[in-house]
Amino acid sequence: MRHTISILTDDTPGVLTRISSLFSRRGFNIESLSVGHTERPGKSRFTIVVEGDEKVLEQVRKQLQKLVHVIKAWGISREESVEREHALLKIQMNEKQRGEILQIITAVQARIVDSSNRMWILEVTGDTSAIDNAFNLFKHYKIIESIRTGKISLERGSGKATRR
Amino acid sequence: MKKGRLTGAKAIIKSLESQGVEVLFGLPGGAILPFYDELPKSKIKHILTRHEQGAAHMADGYARASGKVGVCLATSGPGATNLVTGLATAYMDSSPIVAITGQVSRSMIGNDAFQEVDITGITIPITKQNYLVKQVADLPHIIDQAFSLASTGRKGPVLIDIPRDVQLEEFSADRVNRAPLEGYNPTIKGHPGQIKKAVQLIKTAEKPVIITGGGVFHSDSSKGLQNVAEKADIPIVNTLMGKSTFPNSHELYFGMLGYHGRVAANTAVSEADVIIAVGVRLGDRTTGPLDTFAKQAKLIHIDIDPAEISKNVSSCLPIVGDARNILRELEGLLPKMRHREWIGRLKEISKAHPLPAKMGGVSTPNILRILEQVVKDPILVTDVGKHQMFASHYISTESPRSFITSGGLGTMGFGVPAAIGAKVARPDRTVIDIAGDGSFMMTCNQIATAVQYNIPICVLVMNDYCLGMVHQLQDVFYGKRYQAVNFDKSVNYAKLAEAMGAPGIRVTEEKEIKGAIEKGLSCGRPCVIDFMLEDNSNVYPMVTGSTLLEYKE
Repeated sequence: MRHTISILTDDTPGVLTRISSLFSRRGFNIESLSVGHTERPGKSRFTIVVEGDEKVLEQVRKQLQKLVHVIKAWGISREESVEREHALLKIQMNEKQRGEILQIITAVQARIVDSSNRMWILEVTGDTSAIDNAFNLFKHYKIIESIRTGKISLERGSGKATRR
Repeated sequence: MKKGRLTGAKAIIKSLESQGVEVLFGLPGGAILPFYDELPKSKIKHILTRHEQGAAHMADGYARASGKVGVCLATSGPGATNLVTGLATAYMDSSPIVAITGQVSRSMIGNDAFQEVDITGITIPITKQNYLVKQVADLPHIIDQAFSLASTGRKGPVLIDIPRDVQLEEFSADRVNRAPLEGYNPTIKGHPGQIKKAVQLIKTAEKPVIITGGGVFHSDSSKGLQNVAEKADIPIVNTLMGKSTFPNSHELYFGMLGYHGRVAANTAVSEADVIIAVGVRLGDRTTGPLDTFAKQAKLIHIDIDPAEISKNVSSCLPIVGDARNILRELEGLLPKMRHREWIGRLKEISKAHPLPAKMGGVSTPNILRILEQVVKDPILVTDVGKHQMFASHYISTESPRSFITSGGLGTMGFGVPAAIGAKVARPDRTVIDIAGDGSFMMTCNQIATAVQYNIPICVLVMNDYCLGMVHQLQDVFYGKRYQAVNFDKSVNYAKLAEAMGAPGIRVTEEKEIKGAIEKGLSCGRPCVIDFMLEDNSNVYPMVTGSTLLEYKE
């Protein structure tokens, strides 16, 4: 089963290594990981997506919580949160394909952020399945390269997990 | 130097002094020389070890014998990597030590400089926390934090890596950087609701048993444990780490459980209706096969580390917190109870399954029996192997912090240096290392350290010229195909000790055992007694099947 874990940490060297090694030690492959600063100076927040056994993952969560620079580690359920992922795709096309691609861009609410000759860079935002969907539609054209940010999640409602 | 300013090296010493550090175990090298250059100006004693692994084990032995933080030092590169086994040993057994390593200067880090190694990277999984000090003004705070982390919550090793130029740099003492740890708040007090529930559960129990482990050792909870056991009349079994947490002569004591456990202890956990596990990880050597472990029992799991709860065995009632507090609460809330029928049954089993070794000749059990007659209440340190299991069964410990052994990592070579550390911490007590010849050879160089500082430990080498425990495994599980376990008989351990300046005694006959031990203990110097074992019989009981009750004895 796929799980999303959110981790609030001190922004200090070595935190990422300690976190990732807890996963790799137990044979978990991190599917996506995104990290950035929060509204609090000196604190970072990770969103990690992994697939694996729930019981083992709960053990990992407890071990994460034990790390000295981890303030809080908790699981996030899909229903109770807003998730977003961001992707960039570089697509090459011929004149005939232009119209079709423009239609898909409208349908998946993508944006053209760069264009040169027959090469466009497209930007897509949405939850994981929306990004998957966009990739599916564009895969019939020539994708030169692409990148996804990995998921970020926030719980809905007034609760603030980062407050202690 | 201007007033109010100090170098990194001075700052380290000031911080160590303010932490109350009395002794350091270390071995210098280029990258830590600025620190060593300042050290003579301090009252802190330094013990020069013959290998850094020994320095780490000495700090560990010191910590376990005293309850204080042990400190070891090494230089960069190979000095630092030599600490690794010692740090892992301390990590597995939750022993509070601080390791300080030198590092190449900041400008050279990452350039593969001479004696450079990424020791903070290497030690991530075997330290509670580690630091690479990049700014000299961080030093005082980091050292304070390291001691605090090592000695609070679930204790453990912390490493501080300090570049050479940071040790030399000057800074103003009033410009110290501070950064509190928001995420580190170990739970000390047990949840009152959970404690009440535990009391209710224990009240209903007809066949309760307490498992005591390293957590009781490290939190000095022996008194509280005894009070609870006596008030509620509950039998006690221990893990290897918990051996000296309860008087072994007590009528409620039924010995060690687990893979090499006593039949009565393993029966107790296999028949109990309520198990109170205090400060134990319930590791594989304790539980045997997990799918058959104590299925009939409700488990109350008391541990300071929430990550231990339900890690191996699902807990029916967890209480996270310091064992000492929780046991005191339990004692207050529990009524006086009697479980005489249950205890009577365990006593019968104990009687029907005495320890199986025959007592005679130059054999480990017989030597331990005689040792027990000669010396009262020593600190026993062991190495790892057959002699360790024999020691856990055949000799009693009566007072806390009296049985020091590498339980989790099973580090051969732990004994000699850990005994030195223990003796430095407790010069008032007799310290005996029970070793095997395989283990002894791994760190026997430290006998030279003991001689240099006249640290009178007594090392009893159970010499079968063989890796005894491996031999036993090959005997029982590998069809007696003995591979790579026998040493040739070229080394005379007594003479080896003498070459390093310690009295060495070789014992070949039973009648010499007592005299040799008496001589060794009374000489007032570190000494080695080389017992030429007559046989290398296996250590039993030993679980061989899929439950704790399928064993050989």
